[in-house]
Amino acid sequence: MQIRSMFFKANASAALANPVLQGNMRTSKGKFVDKRRTAITDFEQEGGDFEASRDAAAALRNLVLKDLDLWLEKFETVATARGATVLWAKDGEEICRHVVDIGRRHSVKKAVKSKSMLSEEAGLNQALEASGIAPVETDLGEYILQINNNEPPSHIIAPVLHKGLDEVADLFEKVHKTPRKTEIPELTREAREVLRSHFLDADMGISGGNFLVAETGSVALVTNEGNGRMVTTLPRVHVVVTGIEKVIPTLEDLSLLLRVLIRSATGQTISNYVSLLTGVKQPDEHDGPEHLYFILVDNGRADLVASEFQDMLRCIRCGACMNHCPVYQAIGGHAYGWVYPGPMGSVLTPLYMGLDKAIDLPQAATLCNQCGVVCPVKIPLPELLRKLREKQVEKNLRPLMERLALKGWAWVASKPKLYALGTWFGVRYLNWLAGGKDRIHVLGVAPEWTLGRDFPAPEGKTFRELYAASKR
Amino acid sequence: MRVALFVTCLVDMMRPSIGFATIRLLEAAGCEVVVPETQTCCGQPAFNSGDRASAALLAKKVVAEFEGYDYVVAPSGSCADQIRNEYPGLLSDEPDWHRRAVALSPRVYELTDFLANVARLEILPGDFRGSVTYHDSCAGLRSLGIRRQPRDLLARMPGVELREMPGAEECCGFGGTFSVKFGEISAAIAEKKCANAATTGADAIVGGDLGCLLNIEGKLRRMGDETTRVLHVAEILAGDE
Repeated sequence: MQIRSMFFKANASAALANPVLQGNMRTSKGKFVDKRRTAITDFEQEGGDFEASRDAAAALRNLVLKDLDLWLEKFETVATARGATVLWAKDGEEICRHVVDIGRRHSVKKAVKSKSMLSEEAGLNQALEASGIAPVETDLGEYILQINNNEPPSHIIAPVLHKGLDEVADLFEKVHKTPRKTEIPELTREAREVLRSHFLDADMGISGGNFLVAETGSVALVTNEGNGRMVTTLPRVHVVVTGIEKVIPTLEDLSLLLRVLIRSATGQTISNYVSLLTGVKQPDEHDGPEHLYFILVDNGRADLVASEFQDMLRCIRCGACMNHCPVYQAIGGHAYGWVYPGPMGSVLTPLYMGLDKAIDLPQAATLCNQCGVVCPVKIPLPELLRKLREKQVEKNLRPLMERLALKGWAWVASKPKLYALGTWFGVRYLNWLAGGKDRIHVLGVAPEWTLGRDFPAPEGKTFRELYAASKR
Repeated sequence: MRVALFVTCLVDMMRPSIGFATIRLLEAAGCEVVVPETQTCCGQPAFNSGDRASAALLAKKVVAEFEGYDYVVAPSGSCADQIRNEYPGLLSDEPDWHRRAVALSPRVYELTDFLANVARLEILPGDFRGSVTYHDSCAGLRSLGIRRQPRDLLARMPGVELREMPGAEECCGFGGTFSVKFGEISAAIAEKKCANAATTGADAIVGGDLGCLLNIEGKLRRMGDETTRVLHVAEILAGDE
């Protein structure tokens, strides 16, 4: 996917002025945040300890990352023994090459897909189309985006969060050439009818993978629509595309991670479908793919192992950080400009795509740590954002004026007499700007502040002056 | 006990009365209050902007100025968190400074936390009458665990009626330099905070961090709300001089 993170500010502005988006953000926030809270309260009332589960989940993910190469080898050995082929991809281009090769090898004309963020990283749909294989997204949200000129998703588990009902109704009428529907169940039924024939005549299914279980060589899929199950069992060929960090040791570990993942993501105790897919179809079995491929993708991940950003690889893609982020709630996901929005995206995008390609993202957070306290694997997101800011400063990527202002402020603040003089003048300048009122409408030294609010005027003298006077 | 007041740079410039209210509260709790004269800023703006060198320069200055007292108290969860929780890591490359930062850390308190849990102030000098709604500031809430402390103190004031707003624990959108780098987003978040506070109909929005309060007051006034007062919790607890 083309990165557009350099337009963050302009896109955020447009998002703030988009009434449909703003309405959707308000509704979805209630749903995600309230449902998660309820799910955790219920869990604890039943005697569970969610905090302890978070600790255990984080510890487990750390354990895997410590010996990631060994767990991947183990997975490869077991999965291969079950009849699967394990391929490795270093970047998006290599993902596309592998999938197209597999498609050609098995004479594939149509591929049905269930949700995979890695296929977004790779721009897989475009590559398939270019090589004569028709990709069909079957997750309802992803399908809506695909028929709208391959629009990018705005949330990792709710890709059409930004769209209104009317827009989808118009789109279906135009693309399906059917009478316009206005109710969600009718629209969903129409999509199901269209997708049903694709499921039946597709030669290849492409899915993501929530987890790879090393001891069994299985992929675990967490879905709610049931499309994932059809994509992975009906076609002759199944291709799993997922990141190398998704491997976990055992089925026992899977149960722990599902416990925290699903409650954090949708507030369900368990998703409608949890699929555990192992090996190819055996002679005595009635369904399942004849050919199973795993494409395990690096695309920047290996560089994070043993780096100061390794904690980020614990991520299990629940979306809780964005659901709880005040900035994401205000502007939605598209403004972030790449595959992953919100706090996790603001860490991943610069790390995977280059610090200089996403200069605003690490800065576009209030560091309120709401993301950190809801993360099911305890990723210290604000700390990672701050580390990225340090990298930006080290590499001179921040604007010169900003760097000088910070250095200047710190230098003055290290010289108490100079600081006292500076603040003496500063306060008087602000009061002069206020012109006798209790507020300033336009603040020249920090114009962004007064774009949408006033700046309260200072009381008039510094504490330092007043305190010294009181002691005299 | 000797308590050093860390005034904070915002209180110093914008609202010195909060500093004096803090002194009155600490004195009411029986503390000997000292105000180190050379203090300036804790360095958090530099730290959060990625300028580690500048942040470390100011951190050392604060450690040197404040390590000689029994306690350090700030009318800000944000600054107290910076000194208490971030300095040791920030100075980890310099063993001597690191040791001094670690020694100082457990003695640094946000004001309401100190009053409720260390000084155990029972009778509050303030005489505020009216309804208030409390905004939890992020660093105080999520890094220092300050939630009950200000509410318990306010509950001891007979004239104060506390009305909880929805989303009291959500960020107001200030975020330090975020507020001047992404003004539009920051103000949009502040608008939600103001709307949530308005549902309570409280006479005053009260908080423990001046940064948030300037943000909320600025947004309220721009929205045309001329009556809701925006006060630091110290101002309510201490009352007028």
